[in-house]
Amino acid sequence: MKHRMVIAALSLIGLYVALYLSLWKIGLMGPLVCGVGSCEVVQMSRFAYLFGIPVAFFGVAGFLALLVVSLVGLRPAFVGKPGPTKLLVALSGGGAAFSLYLTYLEAFVLKAWCRWCILIAVLVFSVFTTALLGLRERSSKT
Amino acid sequence: MAGMKGFYVGFGALAVGGAGVLLVAMGRGAAELPSGPIEVAAIESGRGWGGYVVGDADAPVEIIEYADFECPACRVQWVLTVQDVMQRLVATGRVRYAFRDFPLSMHVNSRAAHHAAACAAEQGMFEQMHDKLFGMQDEWTGRSGPETRFRRYAGDIGVDLGQYDACMEEGRYRGRIQASVEGGAALGVTATPTFIIGNRLYNFRISYDGIKAIVDSLTAIASQ
Repeated sequence: MKHRMVIAALSLIGLYVALYLSLWKIGLMGPLVCGVGSCEVVQMSRFAYLFGIPVAFFGVAGFLALLVVSLVGLRPAFVGKPGPTKLLVALSGGGAAFSLYLTYLEAFVLKAWCRWCILIAVLVFSVFTTALLGLRERSSKT
Repeated sequence: MAGMKGFYVGFGALAVGGAGVLLVAMGRGAAELPSGPIEVAAIESGRGWGGYVVGDADAPVEIIEYADFECPACRVQWVLTVQDVMQRLVATGRVRYAFRDFPLSMHVNSRAAHHAAACAAEQGMFEQMHDKLFGMQDEWTGRSGPETRFRRYAGDIGVDLGQYDACMEEGRYRGRIQASVEGGAALGVTATPTFIIGNRLYNFRISYDGIKAIVDSLTAIASQ
């Protein structure tokens, strides 16, 4: 069940980062703390919205979903069941693909980097990898 | 189950710590709006300020506009008239144009907007910031945390953000803005936009043709 614990912790970190970017987007944060990079270029680009909704909001929803599924998966009633891990693979797989597309946009279209977005991409890939490992571990046991 | 307990303790600590960091970051953003009382000396030093002036110093007519960046009528005036005035009367040397701050107290973000414009003006970019603030008015009017947007506009037009941040945090022009408001009130300005053209006060929007007619007549008088 360790993989679900790791995923819960990673999802919580991801949730906070996405929340930070979302709050900035709606004007509740001060200047974006970016350090090296061009966070505002990325965050203000036309790609920062999808269907008129800020991309950061999708990040919040995605990490929240991963967090809920991983925590539910740790409940005694679900510990031995493969369902939550499969769901985590599917959710984080979608997130990783989307994140890959956003990173491509940063690298080749905007030519600007937002380190928060990169951190989110790293987190979602880590979740995906951990979930896959969890799935493999389970199938090797059965 | 001891492992589970340890996990939940660590998870809880991470949740609380993360929320704390977010709250601190939010508080830091909110504190940037220049507010609070302004020293009398700062206001006094702004009294002789003529506004953001463009145009020929020898132009026969001076137009003074008292405006509020958060006022929709001022925005309409800018879209429909001021740009024409700039191109056809100011650029041709017929008019000298002065923009003076008159943020109305009913507009919550107006003072911060005027202050952002003053900080951009310090780097010679008042006109660009003025256009940006009016152009993007819908995006920031009445919203919380406008300073984030103002900072972005400043970055977009090429303002040095380090210098801009220092200016905003210090509230360097609060006194001058207040002096402009009090100076306008002393002249009889009560609403925006208000124009003073040739010692007459027009407290309503004027069309380009209206302004041109006044300028034509004042130019004719001056040349007599």
